[in-house]
Amino acid sequence: MADMSTDNNIVKTVGKLSIVVVAMFAFVFVVMVPLYDVLCDALGINGKTSGERYQVVESAVDSSREIRIQFVATNNAGMPWEFRPTDSVMKVNPGAANNTVFYAKNPLAKDMVAQAIPSISPARAAEYFHKTECFCFNQQPLAAGEQADMALQFIVDQDLPADIHTITLSYTIFDVTAMAAANGAPVATR
Amino acid sequence: MGAHGPATQGLMRWVTTTNHKDIGTMYLWFSFAMFILGGAFAMIIRAELFQPGLQIVEPEFFNQMTTMHGLVMVFGAIMPSFVGLANWMIPMMIGAPDMALPRMNNLSFWILPPTFMLLASTLFMEGGAPNFGWTFYAPLSTTYAPDTVTFFIFGVHLMGLSSIMGSINIIATVVNLRAPGMTYMKMPMFVWTWLITAFLLIAVMPVLAGLVTMMLMDVHFGTSFFSAAGGGDPVLFQHVFWFFGHPEVYIIILPAFGVVSQIIPTFARKPLFGYDSMVYATASIAFLSFIVWAHHMYTVGMPIAGELFFMYATMLIAVPTGVKVFNWITTMWKGSMTFETPMLFSIGFVFLFTIGGFTGVMLSLAPVDFQYHDSYFVVAHFHYVMVAGAVFSMSAAVYYWLPKWCGKMYNENMGKAHFWISFVGFNLTFFPQHFLGLAGMPRRIPDYALQFTDFNTMSSVGAFIYGSSQILFLFNVVRTIVAGKPTSEEKTWEGAEGLEWTLPTPAPYHTFSTPPEVK
Repeated sequence: MADMSTDNNIVKTVGKLSIVVVAMFAFVFVVMVPLYDVLCDALGINGKTSGERYQVVESAVDSSREIRIQFVATNNAGMPWEFRPTDSVMKVNPGAANNTVFYAKNPLAKDMVAQAIPSISPARAAEYFHKTECFCFNQQPLAAGEQADMALQFIVDQDLPADIHTITLSYTIFDVTAMAAANGAPVATR
Repeated sequence: MGAHGPATQGLMRWVTTTNHKDIGTMYLWFSFAMFILGGAFAMIIRAELFQPGLQIVEPEFFNQMTTMHGLVMVFGAIMPSFVGLANWMIPMMIGAPDMALPRMNNLSFWILPPTFMLLASTLFMEGGAPNFGWTFYAPLSTTYAPDTVTFFIFGVHLMGLSSIMGSINIIATVVNLRAPGMTYMKMPMFVWTWLITAFLLIAVMPVLAGLVTMMLMDVHFGTSFFSAAGGGDPVLFQHVFWFFGHPEVYIIILPAFGVVSQIIPTFARKPLFGYDSMVYATASIAFLSFIVWAHHMYTVGMPIAGELFFMYATMLIAVPTGVKVFNWITTMWKGSMTFETPMLFSIGFVFLFTIGGFTGVMLSLAPVDFQYHDSYFVVAHFHYVMVAGAVFSMSAAVYYWLPKWCGKMYNENMGKAHFWISFVGFNLTFFPQHFLGLAGMPRRIPDYALQFTDFNTMSSVGAFIYGSSQILFLFNVVRTIVAGKPTSEEKTWEGAEGLEWTLPTPAPYHTFSTPPEVK
């Protein structure tokens, strides 16, 4: 059978390979998941908008061009709320602050909590679409039968590429009643 | 140590064995059993698709069949079969007395049968077996999964553990136990391809384990890795899955490359053409496999730069793969070829795998993939590389080394019949699926539009032919072991080269207790 030095070498090889295994397992959690989020945020891919409130920078309003903003509201499968934009289209100037509301109603006889998840198309417009106020920053509770106008305030950046004339902002609303109850507190949102 | 047999006899011999040949044998039989089980699932799928409408199974059960077929074939049949081959052949090819870690070897095998019993038992549980496809995309496998998903997750953890231990063992063996004089660049191609495969396995099986762990946390512990409602993203699932999944397909095919690179030179009676380039091509394929994963996700909504990067990187893989196909053909060029069963399967492999490679290049093109995505074209493509690639080469390997393993010769006519029936059945099954996919038939559906009927009927008939040819294979192997013509020639095949052919036939229980000298 193998002599002592071979045995030592085998142990060394196994040791090194085990480190690789542990490192690759950790890689999923400490690199892949955060990196994915960072890349999506930084590059605005996946049409994700920032989950943070935008710190307003004083800037001139660019009245030389108008951007069409379309609003889309979708219910995730099984979500019974009525949910729609009050304005389906707005025309805005880059740099100006704009306000609109989304209408929501809980038609059921039980209290519910919802979370709206935004998505922007075209995806590369996401980093130029700033929200100073959004109902999507927090979970939205509605009591049984209650209705609400949920506020959205946004600014389109002056640096928006000139070839983008229309931006579509879509919200999908999810039922997170069970999740909110389990956590006791609103979960972090994006 | 002499050439004595196993320490214990009877059933306990197999439970307690640390002998690489015993463990290799168990792996091979286990994987064949799984091949039959996965094949039975495939027969149910093809029987349902024999004609349009719902005849035999409910759609829910159909989904369980496609899922279980994929899982059992990939993780239960193909991967363990090559691990079994590695166990048998690597020590004999590099002049080692056994694997470097024989006890771990035993454990990595014995994890598998309970794991697959666990997985198969979900078929009889309330809510049914996993039904979300072998790719188990979230949220199908999280929010909308049957309760048995937890068994699935545990099963994946266990098979990952088994694969990782097996890979560590193979690397430790190849790195430390080569006979004196056996430099890396003198190793047989099969050893090279397995060494690289083992590195791929230890790099990506932990990623798969991490992925199912995240699923487990999403399903049971309220996290939201893949749930958009909680701030996660289902697309993240696909990225992590394919970061594992793409190297996984090379894990399956690289050992097959190695097998064919052993067999073709034997029956062409020429050394392998371009050995060095084969090694470098294998390493290049392994490297590229880590940077092409998103070509499975062209339709997910990637930026154009991402589509282009993954498209070009994927097309690049055709280069080292082309080198390999070129080398196999050039090895045969002007060789004194004979066409025994292993050679037939190897040539069948080269021919059909290349067709699968071509459809792969078609699928790599992002603009056209939008049409092919999730269609039967994809099903045809990956069965050409998985079945005609991995399974054909595995059949070739069994015929090639069976005389060395058991000291008896298989029936050549029956072997050739197995090949030709497989070849016809396989092509009848999968070639029409290209047309179905191009015409728009989606994959994983239990029913289809009327215009797809003819090709589906052909495909089902082909599947039954291919399936029954495997019974012939089983019969031939069992018959060889029980009543084959004894042979004691060291070199079963006139043109065979390598250390394993210097050993007596059948290979004694312990071999190379004293390392051979390699010049």
